[in-house]
Amino acid sequence: MTALVVMFVIYNVVVYTQGTSNNTPKMSEQAIKGEQLYQDNNCTACHQFYGLGGYLGPDLTNTISHPNKGAAYVKAFLNSGIKTMPKFNFTEEEKDALAQFLTEVDQTGYYPIKDAETDASGWVGIKYKNQ
Amino acid sequence: MKKIASIFITLSLLALIAGAIFGALAGIQYVKPDFLKEVIAFNKMRPFHVSTVLGWIILCSTGGIYYYLTEVLKLKLFSKKLAAAHLILFILCAIAIYVSFFTGNMGGREYFAYAPIISVPILLGWMLFGVNYFKTVVKQVKSWPVYLWMWGTGIGFMIYHLGETNFWLIPYFRENFIKDFAVQWKSYGSLAGCWNMLVYGTAIFLMSKVKDDDNIGRGKKAFFFYFLGLFNLMLGWAHHTYIVPTQPWVRYLAYGVSMTEWIILISIIIDWKRSLSTEKKKLNDISYKFLMATDFWVFFNLFVALLISIPYINLFTHGTHITVAHSMGTTIGINTTILIASVFYIVNREHREVLNKFASIIKPGFWIFNVSLGIFLICLLMGGVEKSVWMYFTDEPSTFGQMQDKIQPYMYVFLAAGFGLLLGILMLAVPMLTCLTKKSK
Ligand code: HEC
Repeated sequence: MTALVVMFVIYNVVVYTQGTSNNTPKMSEQAIKGEQLYQDNNCTACHQFYGLGGYLGPDLTNTISHPNKGAAYVKAFLNSGIKTMPKFNFTEEEKDALAQFLTEVDQTGYYPIKDAETDASGWVGIKYKNQ
Repeated sequence: MKKIASIFITLSLLALIAGAIFGALAGIQYVKPDFLKEVIAFNKMRPFHVSTVLGWIILCSTGGIYYYLTEVLKLKLFSKKLAAAHLILFILCAIAIYVSFFTGNMGGREYFAYAPIISVPILLGWMLFGVNYFKTVVKQVKSWPVYLWMWGTGIGFMIYHLGETNFWLIPYFRENFIKDFAVQWKSYGSLAGCWNMLVYGTAIFLMSKVKDDDNIGRGKKAFFFYFLGLFNLMLGWAHHTYIVPTQPWVRYLAYGVSMTEWIILISIIIDWKRSLSTEKKKLNDISYKFLMATDFWVFFNLFVALLISIPYINLFTHGTHITVAHSMGTTIGINTTILIASVFYIVNREHREVLNKFASIIKPGFWIFNVSLGIFLICLLMGGVEKSVWMYFTDEPSTFGQMQDKIQPYMYVFLAAGFGLLLGILMLAVPMLTCLTKKSK
């Protein structure tokens, strides 16, 4: 029993420190503010990052670096009330924070990965952004 | 004690009905984006739906455990006062959660959209349950059948992983998006493992009682599967996050662990073949019927789950409605059928005469529920395939809106099946509720 508990603790600590490590720089204060807005308005009900979230709206992981989109495009969407998306009333400052949050999420990786490396064992090698 | 268990179960049935109504309302937005958009905005409706149906699973398994410990296993509960406190705390939490949704004061994390402070009393409630459970069982039972281990494991790990869902409040996690995101999904994967322990423990308990065979909860095989489940609870979460850029070893480990579940699938096939040859004497028993339905849905869902746990397949199914088919398939097809079986078992013990009067409603209710669920899941799978083709196999992808228009026909059927599910649930839950309001024997 004690052995199991010790293993559980070690495993968790390793996951928290090593397993989920990623070379992306720390999020800026502005981005964290943006994330808070993202949470306060429950954007995740409709949107996803890395395919995780609700399905009524598109995945936002790489919206910022998409050749035809980017920060101005994102900001234009926020108060538009298009389709099912609610009509928000963000101030300019809030829009900037949300755009900054999406910019920093964009820097963490790619999704969807169209040219992932696959092999016969069923394994998929993903692309990392900051290696 | 019967009273407290019965209140837990009554509340859980109300949650099941309310949750299904919220789900149907939220589903309307998939086909009519402008329908009452301001009143029942999807980002408002979804938390109502998710939290309420999770409430169903938690309250119903909890009420069942209290009932089985005291009324069927005839153990003396360590403390009735603690159980009452647990009940009152959970009722207060439920009220707080709805207030938080109504006022829009949300935490906004997926699945845990309520204000994070409410996690504190919820955790406290689980601790009360844990103390009461272990104090009751450790003293009075020498050799534990597997379901007692499963319930205990579910409660214990629930406390840890509920805490873990709130790690984002700590800057160390929050400042690193990938760490935060991965730990968030780790906790969700493990939480699902926890309530599965509570619910599957209930299933094994019921099987051993319905078939009147104590060995079901005691054999080597039962314990082997318990450890396999525990192993997956702790390590299997990362198959939700294959695509998130965490370290490769986390992803390898998840792949390996997930694949151990093939053993379960193969074992089910073997058992099923064997049981075909034996007489199913108790077929008319409604609990037994639901457990047979569970058997079918386990088979279906495990197959889907195993396929989408293979990274190469996951690459294409992740982020599509196929994942939803998996999560709804398991929570409705497996968890809900087991818990309905559990409530029928209890109601049948306490209020058989009243229940018998409803036989003509329950029987079609059973079929409406299961057939609707089948259609519901097929629509999600088909919608998911369309989305995957849109994401990965079209050279010049159309816009998201155009893709949605394309899956619209499936969504209409999906919505209709959702209302069918609601109808089926009403036909089952209303009779059970009516029985529970009667004085028991
Ligand atoms: C009720 C569902 C819903 C909610 C809630 C919602 N959105 Fe949207 N969002 C959509 C839909 C649907 C679209 C796609 C509209 C279209 O292209 O036709 C969209 C599009 C977007 C886009 C453009 C994406 C792209 O790649 O074209 C951004 C950016 C966005 N939303 C941000 C947000 C943010 C930030 C929030 C929270 C403050 C939010 N959304 C809340 C439904 C929603």
